[in-house]
Amino acid sequence: MSRKPYVRPVARTTWWLSKGRYVRYMAREVSSLLIAIYLMVLIIGLMRLSQGPAAWQEYMESLASPVAVLFHLIAFGFTTYHATCWFNVTPKAMRIPSGDDFVPGRLIILAHYAIWGVVSLIILVIAGVL
Amino acid sequence: MAKSNKPIVWGLFAAGGTVSAFVLPALIFVTGLAVPLGIFGDDALSHERIYPFVSHWFVSLVLFGVIVLSIWHAAHRIRITLHDFGMRGDGMIGTVAYFAAGMFTLGTFFALSGM
Repeated sequence: MSRKPYVRPVARTTWWLSKGRYVRYMAREVSSLLIAIYLMVLIIGLMRLSQGPAAWQEYMESLASPVAVLFHLIAFGFTTYHATCWFNVTPKAMRIPSGDDFVPGRLIILAHYAIWGVVSLIILVIAGVL
Repeated sequence: MAKSNKPIVWGLFAAGGTVSAFVLPALIFVTGLAVPLGIFGDDALSHERIYPFVSHWFVSLVLFGVIVLSIWHAAHRIRITLHDFGMRGDGMIGTVAYFAAGMFTLGTFFALSGM
């Protein structure tokens, strides 16, 4: 092939800053890093829990530090944002036939939010009871 | 056609994403914000209350499922995200990401089975 196709120059590390929708895409993707860190903290918590009340108490005190609270606030924000974005596009992935037509997208989104609400409520109630 | 393990891997990835979306915001709120800030009271999740709950086999099983599915999902997305941030060397990044996910899985297993 002698033809030389045009390759649009793209900034390798900063391309996502050029458009709002790219920034939002990266905001969703970054939640994976925050989730990994959160899960590491959670697993450490399980280890401390199995080591007895003193270790657990220490762990709980470290969670109350400003850095830990700030991290969890950021992680909560990003994961919630990502979850809502994903629920909002679920009709694109789920085409459920209903008679001659499909189940309306709004209903599918609503169902996801309803399940999300129930699951979250269960977690909150368990935490409140314990 | 070559045999592919992709359906299984993608199924687990999808399950991890679903679990992450439905469970993690509330879990982060509870363990990272509400309890440390004392929203549920000062002795919420005290050792004498939380230990019998978490060490129950069913709760342990659910926690293990939530953590492990989420961590493998996150590991794969971190691999893709690092590429998006301009990092190259996908083989190496993938190896490190999945190795870390394997370590997290073992850590979760031993923490829960040690109760």
